[in-house]
Amino acid sequence: MKRALTEARLLLIGIPVAIWTLLPIYHLFLFSISTKDEAFSGRLWPEHPTLRNFSIVFHQEHYFLNHFWEQLWNSLVIAVAVGFLTLFIAASAAFAISRLKTRGGRTILNFALFTYFIPAAFLAVPMYKAMGTYGLLNHQSALILAMVTIAAPYAIWVLKQASDKLPYELDEAAKIDGASPLQLFRLVYLPLMAPSLVAVGTYALLLAWNEYLYAFLLLSKDTNITLPVALGHFLSADDSPWELLMTTGLIYALPPAAIYYTFKRYMVSGLTSGAVKS
Amino acid sequence: MSTVALPRAEPVSPTGPGKRRWSPWQTWGALLLAPYVIIFAVFVLYPVTYGLWLARHPESYTQLFDDPVFGGAVVNTLIFIVVAINLKMLAALFLSGFFVTARTWIKWLSVLFILPWAVPSIPTILSIRFMLNPEWGVINQLIFRLTGEDGPNWLNDRWLALSMAMLVHVWKSLPFWTMILIAGRLAIPNELYEASSVDGATAWQKFRFVTWPSVATLYLTSTILSMIWTLGDFNSVYLLTGGGPADLTHILATLGIRYLRLDQVDLAMATIVCALPIVLPLVYFMMKRLSR
Repeated sequence: MKRALTEARLLLIGIPVAIWTLLPIYHLFLFSISTKDEAFSGRLWPEHPTLRNFSIVFHQEHYFLNHFWEQLWNSLVIAVAVGFLTLFIAASAAFAISRLKTRGGRTILNFALFTYFIPAAFLAVPMYKAMGTYGLLNHQSALILAMVTIAAPYAIWVLKQASDKLPYELDEAAKIDGASPLQLFRLVYLPLMAPSLVAVGTYALLLAWNEYLYAFLLLSKDTNITLPVALGHFLSADDSPWELLMTTGLIYALPPAAIYYTFKRYMVSGLTSGAVKS
Repeated sequence: MSTVALPRAEPVSPTGPGKRRWSPWQTWGALLLAPYVIIFAVFVLYPVTYGLWLARHPESYTQLFDDPVFGGAVVNTLIFIVVAINLKMLAALFLSGFFVTARTWIKWLSVLFILPWAVPSIPTILSIRFMLNPEWGVINQLIFRLTGEDGPNWLNDRWLALSMAMLVHVWKSLPFWTMILIAGRLAIPNELYEASSVDGATAWQKFRFVTWPSVATLYLTSTILSMIWTLGDFNSVYLLTGGGPADLTHILATLGIRYLRLDQVDLAMATIVCALPIVLPLVYFMMKRLSR
């Protein structure tokens, strides 16, 4: 009896949590398989589910979707570039600070932490202005560099925490064997840090793929914007084709979800351990 | 305790890197640090300095304070960080307790629960936006079918729209903070709970005397961090209400970007400077905590 009561109480929490979590995502999916009329009818399942929306999106058969494939490609290129650049910059910095004990490393780590704490929307204003000065506005490199700037501090912090845990005897042994700093970095450090590197690279990649604000500030040509900016354009129209907007949105949301679940075990341990050190 | 690098701070160990004043190891260290230092100087230090310099005119502030939108944005921002964050963190604390319960279905639910955080904001927020559409949205149609009355015009009333924006924020970031607090709870040794069971502790007493003392610091740090980030939560407000109706639901982040879009960079920077009295103490607190 008492056991049944516990189960009932757990279900009483679990069911609302499931509905709360899934409702907006289900709604997104529902629109993508409905015609416009059915989408607007408020039904919870369409009478005639259809894949027509996907075909319209994939064949770019709507004014708003003329550059769909190009924009998807832009998103991909930018996200991958941000992922690798961040990895390169953060891994070298963390190695220099944590293993080589480079002078001034501590100060630079504090600068990075400080950057990490500035809300991104606040940094966007001066960054936009500076990108204008550098003549980078409307170039994809502006978005890549901006996202690396935002992703790198946290990446350095997580990698520094992780590399502090590696035993120093390894470095000593490598030195006695006559390894150069670069060999130590490549042959000892990087392989040992692989799980954290995966976590950090994925983090930077997803951050860039998901970014809306910086993308819409820094890029504006139809052919160089990323997919989220194009989705934002739908909003400015009076008669937005919502079912196509949601379909495109669903396509755009799938890769990050898939990547997240693929690397989940690295992400969760890597990111939660660094996020809040109590 | 190694603090900021002092030339003599390195204890001379026979094989340690600080053996000579400028060994190849130090050169390589400087080289490897250089990429980040350049990024920081070019994309953080210079822009921020330049931005603050742009915000130096007192007239910008007079103009800002005369703009009725600004006062509303300050109030909205404060409500956002006090109400939304505390609600969210309390929910996260509660749900972290739920998710550590050992059941197979709860394990599966926790996998789904992460979704709002794992998918990008724009599609899901736009989806919520349509759900709240007064005529065609699924929520009002459901209200009509159940009660025969028209539902409220969700996004056309200042407080209702702001509440919805806060709910969107909670929906989006609750999974992340729940995950953090789950990690905190899993670090508590199980023996403590077993011992308290033997002593006949109630569920509340277990929480009060075992769980809470262990996660309190984590909870506080998470709350502060979430407050800082939420000040910059542009998406929840912009994508749901666009600042409307009549610019009544702006928060400082969206207002700053609005001025920027209107090409009033001075005002945009002044808006951000006005947020610094809230941001800087919180950042200082976090820096103190994390960089020991």
